[in-house]
Amino acid sequence: MTVEIRTANVKPVRNTFQHLARRFGDKPATRYQEIAYDVQSEANFHYKPLWDPEREMYDKRRTAVVMNDWYALKDPRQFYYGNYTTTRAKQQEALDRQLEFVEKRDLLRVLPEDTRKAIVFALVPLRHYEWGANMGNCHVAAYGWGTAITQAAMMTTTDRLGMAQHLSRIGLLVDGNTGDSLRDAKRIWTDEAAWQGLRREVENLFVVRDWFEVFVAQNLVADGLIYPLFYQQFDALIAESHGSALSSLTDFLVRWFDETGKWVDSVVKTAVAESPENKKLISGWVVKWREAFVEALKPLADATLGNRSEHALTVVLTAFDARAAKLGI
Amino acid sequence: MTAHESPKPQPVFIAFQANNDTLPIVEAIKADNPNAVVHEYPAMVKIDCPGRLVIRRETIEEHIGRSFDLRELQINLISLAGSVDESDEEFILEWKTA
Repeated sequence: MTVEIRTANVKPVRNTFQHLARRFGDKPATRYQEIAYDVQSEANFHYKPLWDPEREMYDKRRTAVVMNDWYALKDPRQFYYGNYTTTRAKQQEALDRQLEFVEKRDLLRVLPEDTRKAIVFALVPLRHYEWGANMGNCHVAAYGWGTAITQAAMMTTTDRLGMAQHLSRIGLLVDGNTGDSLRDAKRIWTDEAAWQGLRREVENLFVVRDWFEVFVAQNLVADGLIYPLFYQQFDALIAESHGSALSSLTDFLVRWFDETGKWVDSVVKTAVAESPENKKLISGWVVKWREAFVEALKPLADATLGNRSEHALTVVLTAFDARAAKLGI
Repeated sequence: MTAHESPKPQPVFIAFQANNDTLPIVEAIKADNPNAVVHEYPAMVKIDCPGRLVIRRETIEEHIGRSFDLRELQINLISLAGSVDESDEEFILEWKTA
């Protein structure tokens, strides 16, 4: 008996969802495309929001930035819930191992007292800054338009809580799990004169209504100055005299900053390139918030970096200005 | 697509499993090799290309949105034809006449 094995090739009637086929043609879509494109509700809003009767529940007019297609603001990392969580879980695992390494050897506890104090003074209060950044990105996620930007902002909110947690854990490593450093940091954040400028700007951001302005001020300007200043300049200062124990913990923050920077840059670059009006608007925001944050950071840099502060700020600002220029601002 | 040049260079090919991981890879190959012809089979994508096929890490990274190690190609690789020239940046398939 002979058995003839034949394969039957069944062509699928359609390769993807209609709304994706309209955008990209009828071919298999990536998970990111499926989750990010044309998911925003656009019509049939039955009730006007009582808190903003001039506009719809979801409304493009909540920012002065105008885009022909809001989905142009895509995320080059192509994060959706699935790959975002696996990526972060992997990073968290590596980070936990690093923290364990430092804890087992008491690497931060053996530092001289004034250095430990300096770390608590400079890094741990930033957990409150991270919480502010969480709020800002919540605002973007809540009032933004287009799933491409809002879902990425939502993931950033979680990132920011993670960062705050990480900074707290650095504090706990310094104080030997007593929690004193966290209490001190709270007091430093609310009472210490050098920190009040930054705290003021973080709180000023809470009352900005335009979500795109919040995005630019928080994710581009504030992070673009604060991350390099503390996690590179301040970190280098500690490393010079006390080795790289602290650097091994701030490394993740720097990497996260680089990775998220790609997203922020791509969003801002696309919006700026869309029209001269957008360019003018966004450039205005960058100039305004850069000025505010630089003013706020000066006393803080003096307090944390001593006689290095001027040099450090110059390095950070030069890098920031070069980055902004590249974005077309 | 038919090549008009003669003599027609012998084609090389590479075949991947058709899944979500290989979508961006196939897109990147298409972008880098205008002469490549993509055949879709059940559960397999076979890419033929006359002469020389280049797979570039950078292009894949653009499409996939993360850093990519060219060795990851092996995970979903079914078969290939041509001699392989592999570096960190490029994975090249071509027939080399001795």
